[in-house]
Amino acid sequence: MRQVAVVAFAQTRHSADDEGLSEPEMILPVLDEVRERTGLRRFGFTCSGSCDYLAGAPFSFVSALDALGAWPPISESHVEMDAAWALYEAWVRLQHGDVDSALVYGFGKSSQGDLREIMTLQLDPYYLAPLGLDQVSFAALQAHAAGADRAALDGIVWRSRRDGRANPYALDLPDPEGEEPEVGPLRPYDIAPITDGAAAVVLAAGDLAWELCERPAWISGIAHRIEPHYLGMRDLARSASAADAARAAGVGKGHVDVAELHAQFSHEEIILREALELPDGTAVNPSGGPLAANPVMATGLIRIGEAARRILDGTAGRTVAHAASGPCLQHNLVTVMEGQS
Amino acid sequence: MSGNPCAVIGVGQTRYTTRRREVSIAGLVREAALRALEDADLTWKDIDAVVIGKAPDLFEGVMMPEAYLADALGAAGKPVMRVHTAGSVGGSTALVGASLIQGGVHDRVLVVAFEKQSESNATWALSTHLPFNASLVVGAGGYFAPHIREYIRRSGAPAHVGHLVAVKDRRNALRNPYAHLRIPGITVEMVESTPMLWEPIRYLDTCPSSDGACAMVLAAGHRLTGGTPAWVLGAAMRSEPISRADRDTVSPQAGKDCAADVYRQAGVTDPRREIDVAEVYVPFSWYEPMWLENLGFAAEGEGWKLTESGATALDGDIPWNPSGGVLSSNPIGASGMIRFAEAALQVRGMAGEHQVDGARRALGHAYGGGAQFFAMWMVGSDRP
Repeated sequence: MRQVAVVAFAQTRHSADDEGLSEPEMILPVLDEVRERTGLRRFGFTCSGSCDYLAGAPFSFVSALDALGAWPPISESHVEMDAAWALYEAWVRLQHGDVDSALVYGFGKSSQGDLREIMTLQLDPYYLAPLGLDQVSFAALQAHAAGADRAALDGIVWRSRRDGRANPYALDLPDPEGEEPEVGPLRPYDIAPITDGAAAVVLAAGDLAWELCERPAWISGIAHRIEPHYLGMRDLARSASAADAARAAGVGKGHVDVAELHAQFSHEEIILREALELPDGTAVNPSGGPLAANPVMATGLIRIGEAARRILDGTAGRTVAHAASGPCLQHNLVTVMEGQS
Repeated sequence: MSGNPCAVIGVGQTRYTTRRREVSIAGLVREAALRALEDADLTWKDIDAVVIGKAPDLFEGVMMPEAYLADALGAAGKPVMRVHTAGSVGGSTALVGASLIQGGVHDRVLVVAFEKQSESNATWALSTHLPFNASLVVGAGGYFAPHIREYIRRSGAPAHVGHLVAVKDRRNALRNPYAHLRIPGITVEMVESTPMLWEPIRYLDTCPSSDGACAMVLAAGHRLTGGTPAWVLGAAMRSEPISRADRDTVSPQAGKDCAADVYRQAGVTDPRREIDVAEVYVPFSWYEPMWLENLGFAAEGEGWKLTESGATALDGDIPWNPSGGVLSSNPIGASGMIRFAEAALQVRGMAGEHQVDGARRALGHAYGGGAQFFAMWMVGSDRP
């Protein structure tokens, strides 16, 4: 495989409320930031991730292209998925050998609708969606199946919120207090907050990566897997697809300083830690993770960006980033990044 | 062309029709995928990854349908990608699949694109805009009609040229068992007598709303199975903004650049002479002369003369849309992939009654958004 690295990452200061910005307005600053940081104005390939249902209108990515200022015309694609998969598509495109740089971005404003109900629409439309089970109810089924210990869940939430308060881009959420369950066994604070935000990453191959930054975050492995859609066909207490993706990406081939996990519910962190076989010494979600800021469709890309940032700034040698899609961690993408001196 | 050699070794299509009431969305895509696997002489277990494409999720009301469709496409345990680039998505989906092979990541990839328009109302979904600006048009025709009028103004094309395309493509469709619109004895007079929808687009100048799916099996050069492969000789995507001062919506720069990139990769310098057949995304009849110019088959302002001369007919020197094209079958998300797949069938010699004799090089073309997203590939019978 051709050597490809994350060389720049930017994210918005995420918001819990609609701040009145359109999606293109939200994207512009992060695009500007990665352009400024790399000095690149043109990229060999561009790919974005978003979801029309968040805006409640088709083709929401079209206006994002206006923000990008795609002129002269660019080589560009879009995935209707979290932008972590846009990064995967861009990484694949860089493997061809004819282009050396890629711009990846993702965005979402979940403040504009009722996210829990919207996510119900991704279920099988004939058999599952009509049941009316919302996203949190599905997650609660999984939390129950996993039999997670309340003290462990509380620990995850306390740590995530504390780390999030130290992260200028994440939400400023107070320490959780004893509350009634939202959907048992999940309490309101076990659930990622509604968040608006965007993120951008620049990938570069080979020599260009060295030219653009002192310490590129080299992608040593990246892989993703999906599982059956129907919850009855899966062992909900485990994530077989995350485990397969982690093995394919080579997570276990070395120590892991930092892991950024796309855990939108506290129990998911426990399932993912086990699936990725993360050693005890690994710092999990030091950014605060999705429980401190969850701009849907950018959250997975932010995990990659946060994990890369620690290599770029020299505070970590080898990191892992995880992105998830589908109900109850149906689809998982794992990226391993390493620094070279 | 960059990267490892890639070939189409299997093509599967469903019959395109107004309503496929007897199958679910999952049943529809599975039907196309199974036919593609059968053509490639492979089974689900031979596939390394699946790429799914469709136009906006609001067309069926299923958000991110790859999650639901993973089971039906034998994808459990594998990587799945969901591509969405508006109307060009079928083409882009094929290109992402090819990229996985050209990039050396996988050896065999299943690509699938679909639309089941009967489960929703596509014209409604095409007419809503982001809440920040007013919708000034109804449906895709409302958006594209002014650009067509501008083409006619610039080129001086006579009014019947659009109808000629409508008749030609519908006649071709009669030779394609999968085609949706089947109008025996169609004539220019018949097209002319249909209601005006968006000046100058009459009812029979426009595409139908179809249910349907298309699938292909793509393979690395060293992992071929099945019959004759169609080699990918060139592949490219290009995008430009929908809103930009001085953007030429009649002949978008992104379309010209995308074609130029594909021709360069394939070593084509004179498309009209060196390409044997083209499957081009023509959802409104007037887009044939417009794209003839945009894709370099004719000089600016001359495209309509090629159409009028019969050069693009099945027996002309550069047949366009022998399958009947988008004008005859339009499951939107799949329409681009159908163009790519029909191009592959032509160079494999497997296009049946609408086969162009001796086709060795074929262009597949798709566009989307406000004529701002382009996906194209050139396939050939000779290994590059």
